[in-house]
Amino acid sequence: MAMSFEWPWQYRFPPFFTLQPNVDTRQKQLAAWCSLVLSFCRLHKQSSMTVMEAQESPLFNNVKLQRKLPVESIQVVLEELRKKGNLEWLDKSKSSFLIMWRRPEEWGKLIYQWVSRSGQNNSVFTLYELTSGEDTEDEEGSRFVGVS
Amino acid sequence: MDRFVWTSGLLEINETLVIQQRGVRVYDGEEKIKFDAGTLLLSTHRLIWRDQKNHECCMAIPLSQIVFIEEQAAGIGKSAKIVVHLHPAPSNKEPGPFQSSKNSYIKLSFKEHGQIEFYRRLSEEMTQRRWENMPVSQSLQTSKGPQPGRVRAVGIVGIERKLEEKRKETDKNISEAFEDLSKLMIKAKEMVELSKSIANKIKEKQGDITEDETIRFKSYLLSMGIANPVTRETYGSGTQYHMQLAKQLAGILQAPLEERGGIMSLTEVYCLVNRARGMEVKMELLSPDLVHACKMLEELKLPRRLSVFDSGVMIIELQYHKEEEMLASVLEMILEKGSLTSEEFAKLVGMSVLLAKEGVLLAEKMGHLCRDDSVEGLRFYPNLFMTQS
Repeated sequence: MAMSFEWPWQYRFPPFFTLQPNVDTRQKQLAAWCSLVLSFCRLHKQSSMTVMEAQESPLFNNVKLQRKLPVESIQVVLEELRKKGNLEWLDKSKSSFLIMWRRPEEWGKLIYQWVSRSGQNNSVFTLYELTSGEDTEDEEGSRFVGVS
Repeated sequence: MDRFVWTSGLLEINETLVIQQRGVRVYDGEEKIKFDAGTLLLSTHRLIWRDQKNHECCMAIPLSQIVFIEEQAAGIGKSAKIVVHLHPAPSNKEPGPFQSSKNSYIKLSFKEHGQIEFYRRLSEEMTQRRWENMPVSQSLQTSKGPQPGRVRAVGIVGIERKLEEKRKETDKNISEAFEDLSKLMIKAKEMVELSKSIANKIKEKQGDITEDETIRFKSYLLSMGIANPVTRETYGSGTQYHMQLAKQLAGILQAPLEERGGIMSLTEVYCLVNRARGMEVKMELLSPDLVHACKMLEELKLPRRLSVFDSGVMIIELQYHKEEEMLASVLEMILEKGSLTSEEFAKLVGMSVLLAKEGVLLAEKMGHLCRDDSVEGLRFYPNLFMTQS
């Protein structure tokens, strides 16, 4: 069910790989990076990564364009994601991280909505059932499939 | 201190400025007096001190009054000094700041440095004694040595006199050696006079020079020497001088500014103007003067403007060449070419790279451009982050 990943226009724009000194420009740039990271990880079902992997991943390294985001700038992007609640560091040395392309609160909300809709409030429900049950085959429920 | 004489600070005919230094304090012997911050000027005839805060307060000592000079090195918390030993004041001396003084020497303290060079120049002038060859008005001439009939004294005065006689002897030898050089200087002066008169003739369209030749000759003059150089001598010091200088600058800079896309850095201006003014007045256009004159440009409604970039670089720009025009030019070029480095932009517009860089950085600051920094170099693109969704 993997869709082919469509890179955003910024990915082919060389300045995207240089951290912009102009504050307003940088804001837009970082926002674009954050959403790119999240959609990339979501498509590839990648929930955790090391910084080393990130550097070499096509996500931050556009081989065709011959541009890669330098590691200091990657750190800035990751920090943005952490501030927004989409990232958690897995170790003190900040070498690997967890990516949550949906924040925990968002999951909570969705689960609750789905549960209410399928009338399963007030009954105990395992995570397994949620992520692989037949009930979850409909469009909405499929969102839960494959979530770790 | 009673040897000083009040003066206007204007140089006489045949008197030339040798060197000047700001930030000089005068001591009467060892005592500090009120003259604590001034510009010290050395001419071929005199040592002039002018108060930095009040230009009206200006006094001078003829060099002939100096017996000898000494250097005093700088110490902790103390600036380097020159000690100037003086002859007693002549009886016909003009009024000055002090009627009498118990000291026969003064000290000059160089709070903003410059002592070494000044000392060297002053020693040179003392050796050459050019004031003897080029007499000026009577008031400057004072006793050069012992008056006839004076009793031959012993002690300090005797020593002073001996030193002076020795100096005269040395000087004679040196001036013989320099005779050729001074002849050359005289010829140079004649050349300048000649070009002045030709330029004047051109102005009045006298003589049978054709229009075409007139223009060509004018341009030669401009790159080689201006007909009527504005100098401190003609206008004295102070704002009058700067005003005139500013007017002259505006004239000189018109063509070069246009050639360089309407903008020039201050160092470029300085070099150009000094070359144009020729050697005769080269000493005089020091950078503070230039900056003052440039600051006045806008006031005088001359179509030039002095601007300062963030980095501190100062430029002269044609007044109609405002920031918006520069920005428009940057954007136009970048849209045409897709992306540009500052060197490429400089080449396209005919501007110096330094200024092109400033323009590009300005456009980035305003959010019109974004940068791509890679091993290929620093390149600028239209800021699509802002213009596209």
